[in-house]
Amino acid sequence: MSHSFTLDGRELPFVPGQTIMAAAQAAGVYIPHLCHNPDYAPHGSCRVCLVGVGRRQVSACTTPVTEGMEVDNNSEAVQDNRRAVLQMLFAEGNHICPVCERSGNCQLQAVAYYTGMLAPHYPPFFPRRPVDASHPDFIIDFGRCILCELCVRASRDHDGKRVFAISGRGLASHLVIDSESGLLGDSCFAVTDRAAHVCPTGAILPKHKGFERPIGERLYDREPISTVGDLRAHEDEVD
Amino acid sequence: MITSLETARHPETLKRVCIEPLTRVEGHGKVTLLLDEDNHIRQARLHVVEFRGFEKFIQGRPYWELPVLVQRLCGICPVSHHLAAAKACDQLIGVDQLTPTAEKVRRLMHLGQTLQSHALHFFHLASPDLLFGFDDPVAHRNIVGVIQDHPQIATQGVLLRKFGQEVIRITAGKRVHGTGALPGGVNKHVSLAERDELQKDIDQVVDWAEGAVQLIKRIFLANSDFHYRFGAVDANTLGLIAPDGSHELYHGGLRVRGPDGKTLLDHQDYQDYERVIHEEIKDWSYMKFPFLTQLGPELGWYRVGPLARVNNCDSFHTPLAEQERQDFAAAGEGRPLQAALATHWARLIELLHCAEAIRELLLDSDLQGTELRLKGEMREKGIGVIEAPRGTLFHHYEINGDGLVTRANLIVSTTNNNQAMNTAIRQVAGEFLDGRELTEPLLNQIEVAIRAYDPCLSCATHAMGRMPLDLELCDAEGKRIDRLCRHPDGTVERPSATTAD
Repeated sequence: MSHSFTLDGRELPFVPGQTIMAAAQAAGVYIPHLCHNPDYAPHGSCRVCLVGVGRRQVSACTTPVTEGMEVDNNSEAVQDNRRAVLQMLFAEGNHICPVCERSGNCQLQAVAYYTGMLAPHYPPFFPRRPVDASHPDFIIDFGRCILCELCVRASRDHDGKRVFAISGRGLASHLVIDSESGLLGDSCFAVTDRAAHVCPTGAILPKHKGFERPIGERLYDREPISTVGDLRAHEDEVD
Repeated sequence: MITSLETARHPETLKRVCIEPLTRVEGHGKVTLLLDEDNHIRQARLHVVEFRGFEKFIQGRPYWELPVLVQRLCGICPVSHHLAAAKACDQLIGVDQLTPTAEKVRRLMHLGQTLQSHALHFFHLASPDLLFGFDDPVAHRNIVGVIQDHPQIATQGVLLRKFGQEVIRITAGKRVHGTGALPGGVNKHVSLAERDELQKDIDQVVDWAEGAVQLIKRIFLANSDFHYRFGAVDANTLGLIAPDGSHELYHGGLRVRGPDGKTLLDHQDYQDYERVIHEEIKDWSYMKFPFLTQLGPELGWYRVGPLARVNNCDSFHTPLAEQERQDFAAAGEGRPLQAALATHWARLIELLHCAEAIRELLLDSDLQGTELRLKGEMREKGIGVIEAPRGTLFHHYEINGDGLVTRANLIVSTTNNNQAMNTAIRQVAGEFLDGRELTEPLLNQIEVAIRAYDPCLSCATHAMGRMPLDLELCDAEGKRIDRLCRHPDGTVERPSATTAD
């Protein structure tokens, strides 16, 4: 017996246990997201995948679909809240797109474009978070970390290393590295790790390689993220 | 007389006249004049009141960001900063010689940049003074007046600039703040289709540039007695020079000549710039005052930019510009021309040279090469110097073993011209304003002298890609009369135009 739910008035099938995000992706419908990656357990931390269900807005990546559920993925009310969430992410970190080498290949930027974010809104925090360039192949720009834990999950669940973790609480939450010095260069992180290639912003970057793809040929220069998705966002990182 | 006008003995007893903001220059600055009760000028200063913190806030950033990051200093000639930083980064990654394709793409980018910047300055900013006179009514003395009275000249100015911007777009990816130059090379070549796009217009561009030189020559020589005197200050001149002594914008050694044209320094490796140039700080301006170490701060200040370059070089390698340079040199009767307004003449000779050099370079098949980038052994220090449209531009970076910037020093063209501009306004104030009742046209003469140096203090931001845009056109009362929206999927919509929010 097939099961179905409604997404923006369109009837879609689902398998019991599937999240709204998984069912939508299976049907080829884009729901904006940052911390979601189908290879890892849902996290629900970025809140960008908000969708309307009844009178509530819930994260699509953690909410299971139920029979006959009516999901709003495209109303102005939903987009407004997504934009507000993104505005806060931009204000919390140092996301200076004009000078960032991820610009054009950055999921955070592309999702902001998709939701119609025109400019920063909240006063920026301008956090002072030094770049860790101690590793020979990669740097970490903590100012661009949005605490999505994709690197944490990839390192733990795929690489079997647990290089990364989140420490602190609330506004003091921050990414930490499992090494005596706390530096990436003293950890067992390697260029071949999956964790090196999952960051949805410009926080984890290969060394000596920025801006190699010309403007106009970058992933999101040509198509919006709703069309090309995010699986190819890291393809330039490997020689 | 001129030097004494820097600091008055008893400023508390004097009247203060302030020209703020300076108009038709890039960025924000002001001039203060102190006058006694008989309107004699006792002090004249050009103040640059903006603060630039780039040297500080790039500390701790990865070196490969520098060409893109530091170009944000400026929205008018960002390519100059982009290339100077890229040249410094070449040094940091141990690349002393680029591939032919990389060097030629960068040179093409730089020629396009210089062409558009010179066109912008002459046609949009300076031509109203020169076509209408310094005392023309201020409401008419602007680019709108030029469009009304001389539509052909205005159109040529706009289209010359547009062509230069297209050269930048093709080589750097965007008209403003592109990413073409990387440490050790470039990220794209010029395709045959892109080359053809530029080639179809280049002959017209050369013709217009030649016409512009004839125009400024006519204007300058029509009132030559005044123009030779106005803002004329004897200055040392500094700039890059090609190995054969010809005019050079992208790479070469430093040449310094004295006010009489005598060569004081030649083919000096700019990696030693810290030995050649020192910087003095004065408490009334955020801009430093560089000087030649061998001559000291009193005598060692110098001029950079078009006038310095055309005076400094032995020749142009492009024929039309070389012919014009010879006419220019002949006007000096054996001495370098020192008049402020001769800068416009020199600038347009360079404009012509850029147009000719672009035409020549477009024929070079190396532009279509695929060897774009080289790598070498990392170094701790990198210095890149380039001739920006406004003059010699120094970028100096030092990095640690992790590749993060530990120290930076930038000496931009306008800083190099600081003392020259101050001396020029003191000359104008002393000779043309002293003892007179100050009026707007007289004060404009101060601005005309500064404008000749085309000081650049501004910066701008631009967006690209799938960024949504919401553009509104409002009338004088702030009421919206038109609106255009670009959505994230690239579609453009014109919502109901007159809906008021």
